[in-house]
Amino acid sequence: MFIMIRDMISKRLSERTSRMKLANTTAKNIFLFFALISVFTTIGIILSLFINSTGFFSKVSIVEFLTGTQWTPLFSDRHFGILPLVTGTLIITAGAAVISIPVGLCSAIYLSEYAKPKIRKVLKPFLEVLAGIPSIVYGYFALTAITPLLQSLIPQTEIFNAASGSIAVGIMTIPLVSSLSEDALRAVPDSLRHGALALGSTKLETSLRVVVPAAISGISASFVLAVSRAIGETMIVTIASGARPNFTLNPLESVQTMTAFIVQASQGDNPHGTTGFYALFAVGLVLFLITLIMNIISHSIVQKYRKEY
Amino acid sequence: MDENYLKYRKLKNSIFHFVILLVTILAVAMLFWLFFDIFKKGLPWLTQQFLSGYPSRFPKKAGVVPGLVGSVYIIFLTILFSVPVGLGCAIYLEEYAKNNRFTGFIKINISNLAGTPSIVYGLLGLAVFVNTFRFGRSILSGALTMSLVVLPIVIVASQEAIKSVPQFLRHGSYALGSTKWQTIRKIVIPTAMPGILTGIILSISRALGETAPIIMVGAYSFVSSLPENILDSFTALPIQIYDWTGRPQADFKGVAAAGIIVLMGLLLTVNAAAIVIRNKFQKSLD
Repeated sequence: MFIMIRDMISKRLSERTSRMKLANTTAKNIFLFFALISVFTTIGIILSLFINSTGFFSKVSIVEFLTGTQWTPLFSDRHFGILPLVTGTLIITAGAAVISIPVGLCSAIYLSEYAKPKIRKVLKPFLEVLAGIPSIVYGYFALTAITPLLQSLIPQTEIFNAASGSIAVGIMTIPLVSSLSEDALRAVPDSLRHGALALGSTKLETSLRVVVPAAISGISASFVLAVSRAIGETMIVTIASGARPNFTLNPLESVQTMTAFIVQASQGDNPHGTTGFYALFAVGLVLFLITLIMNIISHSIVQKYRKEY
Repeated sequence: MDENYLKYRKLKNSIFHFVILLVTILAVAMLFWLFFDIFKKGLPWLTQQFLSGYPSRFPKKAGVVPGLVGSVYIIFLTILFSVPVGLGCAIYLEEYAKNNRFTGFIKINISNLAGTPSIVYGLLGLAVFVNTFRFGRSILSGALTMSLVVLPIVIVASQEAIKSVPQFLRHGSYALGSTKWQTIRKIVIPTAMPGILTGIILSISRALGETAPIIMVGAYSFVSSLPENILDSFTALPIQIYDWTGRPQADFKGVAAAGIIVLMGLLLTVNAAAIVIRNKFQKSLD
């Protein structure tokens, strides 16, 4: 009798244990599958860009695509030279970097080295809000506030112009530079600061000659990320900088970036299967490769110069 | 001479202090300029008609309802898809994965996905969900695309949250004979909940404002009826704002600003809710 009960209990227990173990392995496999979805996403991006681009490159030679200075996919006299889109992206990015990098770095140094905790607590959330504003809002702001201001300063500014777009992109990426750089600066141990101050350095000398150089990897990674974000920024430039593929470096003229072309072409009449439709993916491929390289650079900067204090 | 040099160095320091303070305040001032500008342009258009109406060719009759409904659909489905997958991925990486090259590859891959422009996800959605799977220009295509955009945010936030769960809690659970899965379910996830919720809120905010990917999968700007199922065509709040901004009539700029006020109001509400929920969770744990 007792033996029967004991056997029953032990059978129940072992059943329960094996059920628990089964649940454990099932859970693990499901999570592994979820982790693989992120890899599938990358593969999906690469495949869809490559496969659809072959439809484009069977009609247009790669040399013409990369060296042509005319981008007129919607005209009857069609040209597919990507350079005007590249210069468009280039001025937007350069203009944005001129704003976001110095301003972002200055606020990072201020918040990390100079600001009293109370002031920092007040200012930092505002900068974070700046990062949370959707890009469509910046686009509206660029078109309806920055452009009129530019036009009142320089009358020959066109309604759609590269400058206003790049100013807005610059403002949007300030928080990216400032928060990542501030993290890097704050990670520098106080012993280094104390050492410099004990040698008689002023706060300025300590900050610029000791703390910033010690944090340079994190700081430069934030610059690369800000530039990469500016290259991929879409709505601001679509709204404020126009839709004219313009082989120029004049920021007061209308330009078209790679991203703005993708939006424009997806909305226009480019039925599935036409060269114009595939051009979307060819431009997307170039954009993806550029940002991929930037990401790898920022990653390797952090890896290479990672300092152990 | 030395005295003067010291004075000069101190002066330089003070000037530098002043300049970087000024620059920081300037950046914050941009925020105020932006808010002020949008409120000034949008408030007169934020009427009962706008909040309860449908899109129209006439600025005075334009309404925001289909955009709002579309955005709610998108957000709801995006969270439904991305949270289980993102959280699962984070659990795998932090709790199960061995520290080998494969795991390193997945991690690099995620950080690269986080840096990929959202418009590229739009191209992916167009090629895969719209054309290959034939979901068409539907809510489903939009939400799947958006899920991929926010996936890295959910993963990274959940990873951070799981990492911050102290090791002794896990050891205590194992010592009582729990399996790994039981430990994760009963100990790790509840303890990491505030951080996970932060990630979810961040991705809701992102999905609310993100415009480019759903333009690519074909959100329409002029939708006169509300969607009935997830394969219906749709519009979303940022799409409406984009459309109104691009219209030639000056009055539509005001309508667009009113749309932006609604969008920012939603973002503010979501984030405020997040803070409340997070504090509640944190208290119950303490």
